[in-house]
Amino acid sequence: MKVKVKFKNNITSVRLLAKHPMETGRRINKKTGEKIPAKYIQELTCKHDGKVVFIAQFGTSVSQDPYLAFSFEGGKKGDTIQLRWNDNTGDVGRAEAKIK
Amino acid sequence: MAISRRKFLNILTTGSAACLTLLTPLSAFAAWAADAFKATELELALNRLLGSTELIESDDVKLGVPKIAENGAAVSVSVKTKIKKVESISIFVKENPQPLTASFSIPAGTRADVSTRIRLAQTSTVTAVVKANGQLFSKSQEVKVTIGGCGG
Repeated sequence: MKVKVKFKNNITSVRLLAKHPMETGRRINKKTGEKIPAKYIQELTCKHDGKVVFIAQFGTSVSQDPYLAFSFEGGKKGDTIQLRWNDNTGDVGRAEAKIK
Repeated sequence: MAISRRKFLNILTTGSAACLTLLTPLSAFAAWAADAFKATELELALNRLLGSTELIESDDVKLGVPKIAENGAAVSVSVKTKIKKVESISIFVKENPQPLTASFSIPAGTRADVSTRIRLAQTSTVTAVVKANGQLFSKSQEVKVTIGGCGG
């Protein structure tokens, strides 16, 4: 996960790119003629200071390597935020980023 | 053979314990709105996610999508609003096989301003729904998808 967190005017802005294939389960492998099984992020949460500040729920129509931008009030330079996603197969991705 | 009182009670306790262990993992995953994401029609998805299809069209919901997208695989979407007490922001693509695309929870202190990139299977209306004060405010716009990626 690539994460950039900036603090300006008392607002913390988060921009992130989560590396993930986001397979819909509807695509067909042209060589084998078989369906490629679904694999997509279902939930992504962001925590700051022990508090959940953002939850994203995704379906299969979010693009490959999902991009997200959001912002919340408070935070300060040097603080960290914790990000975590889980997909439909039970895989989990985590990242921590410092507010700059 | 009649079941003794003790045996009956034993069956009850083991039975209910088994039920509880079966139910707990389910509730742990309940956060993801599976029913709404699996709905294949917009109205059904709306009902399942937000409990209503009564949308109030509002210019206070700023929906940023291109009018024409050359590549339906990654279309930028931003939703922003000045409406107070926003609880959630959801994005629907009417013509996609599963219209509900993404839903964002906005706790107090988080700004109602979100951007992401989504897939469009074909030319479709994109609708942003903002839930605030128990009401649903929406803004829709059509996005044309050029097939073949030749920019025509």
